[in-house]
Amino acid sequence: MGRVLPTLRKQGSPLAAGAAQRDLLARIPLPRSFADALRSSDLYPLRPTTIEILQINVGKRCNQTCRHCHVDAGPDRVEVMPRPVIEACLSFLERAHIPTLDITGGAPELHPDFREIVARAAALGAHVTHRCNLTAILLPNYADIPALLAAHRVEVIASLPYYQARQTDAQRGEGVFEASIVGLRRLNALGYGRGGGLILDLVTNPVGTYLPGSQAALERDWKRELKRRHDIEFDHLYTITNMPISRFLAFLEDEGRTEQYLTRLVNAYNPRAAAGVMCRNTLSVGWDGTLYDCDFNQMLELPVSAGVPRTIFDAERAALESRDIEIGPHCFGCTAGAGSSCGGAVAGLFRR
Amino acid sequence: MPDRPHYYHHHDLPRFGEIKRGARELAKKFFDWYGAVFSEGALTAREKALIALAVAHAVQCPYCIDAYSRDALEKGSNLEQMTEAVHVAAAIRGGSSLVHGVQMLNHVDELGM
Repeated sequence: MGRVLPTLRKQGSPLAAGAAQRDLLARIPLPRSFADALRSSDLYPLRPTTIEILQINVGKRCNQTCRHCHVDAGPDRVEVMPRPVIEACLSFLERAHIPTLDITGGAPELHPDFREIVARAAALGAHVTHRCNLTAILLPNYADIPALLAAHRVEVIASLPYYQARQTDAQRGEGVFEASIVGLRRLNALGYGRGGGLILDLVTNPVGTYLPGSQAALERDWKRELKRRHDIEFDHLYTITNMPISRFLAFLEDEGRTEQYLTRLVNAYNPRAAAGVMCRNTLSVGWDGTLYDCDFNQMLELPVSAGVPRTIFDAERAALESRDIEIGPHCFGCTAGAGSSCGGAVAGLFRR
Repeated sequence: MPDRPHYYHHHDLPRFGEIKRGARELAKKFFDWYGAVFSEGALTAREKALIALAVAHAVQCPYCIDAYSRDALEKGSNLEQMTEAVHVAAAIRGGSSLVHGVQMLNHVDELGM
């Protein structure tokens, strides 16, 4: 693959810090606040429904530096979830009877204990999902990962912004599309996405400052085009709105488009999407064990509200399910248009 | 009269709905019909956005070009498809001029010996 861009952290950008991002977002004049939008939908204060997904961010190391990455992940990041946190996550998964473990990063497979986490979570009976960038599995020493995922019936949720190289490489780096196709072929060869029960989902983010279109319509186009061009098959396409934080926020700032983009998100507020936002059924764990309402709040260094357990070491399901969810202007990214979440568009249905 | 250096202002596009000020019922009928036209039907919403983009170029409406460039991207079209749509509009515009040359030929034939 081509050149890897430095992370915001490596560049010494002020926006590498979550607090600086929150300050910047708070200064943008918007038509209304997210709290006001929620009030108009009778959803304020925003509260969880039930915790169905434990999403663990096992670290910020990645072999790619995508321009929109909300984690500011990259090869120069050293944050890796330590053993005691992993043990606490698996313990909470078991004792709280959480149905799904969603493993994210960074590139999660670069974590030295990734294989063990998958095997142990699957042995607990959890449905395991893996956020895959499609290229880390091609690296030396990681070629066994696809077979491991298949052996444990892990659902693979893979990022691919578009079915063509130009758009994909513009967002993810030169040569990433070609490598991603190789990764998809390996997964297809193992039976992923071929209809036999090994689920392969794709996730697309717009390559620019526009909103994603209809998830169902795009899925039809993507299935047709990936089959026709590359004989690749997959199960579902999830559309995710670019979140105005971290590297995408830095991009918006560089382009002078922050206010324009935020305003578009605010004006596209959809009450049905708000009712189905992922923070209502997901608990997010940072690499150091801190608890967050979602992976976006995690990157903004905005933990769960005071008064409830704030680390995985003292997590307690009932208390966490009664918390008020922390919100900010960035939340409009999850409620614009058809809505957006780690499971794709949320209006009408959270997960298929 | 306020000082407006151009007839077209991009910030006027989101004000389209204000057209109801002079004829509320007509505006409602127009926007209801407009919404129905662009909903998924025998043609997909993506195909309709590409048609709209092409027509926007044919009628040379900067508001429509702004709106449907974005809409075509959001519906999943790519630059190659959008450019081909604009070429279709350009070909029809060019062809519609050229085909009138047959009328010219008719006149030339009638006037000539």
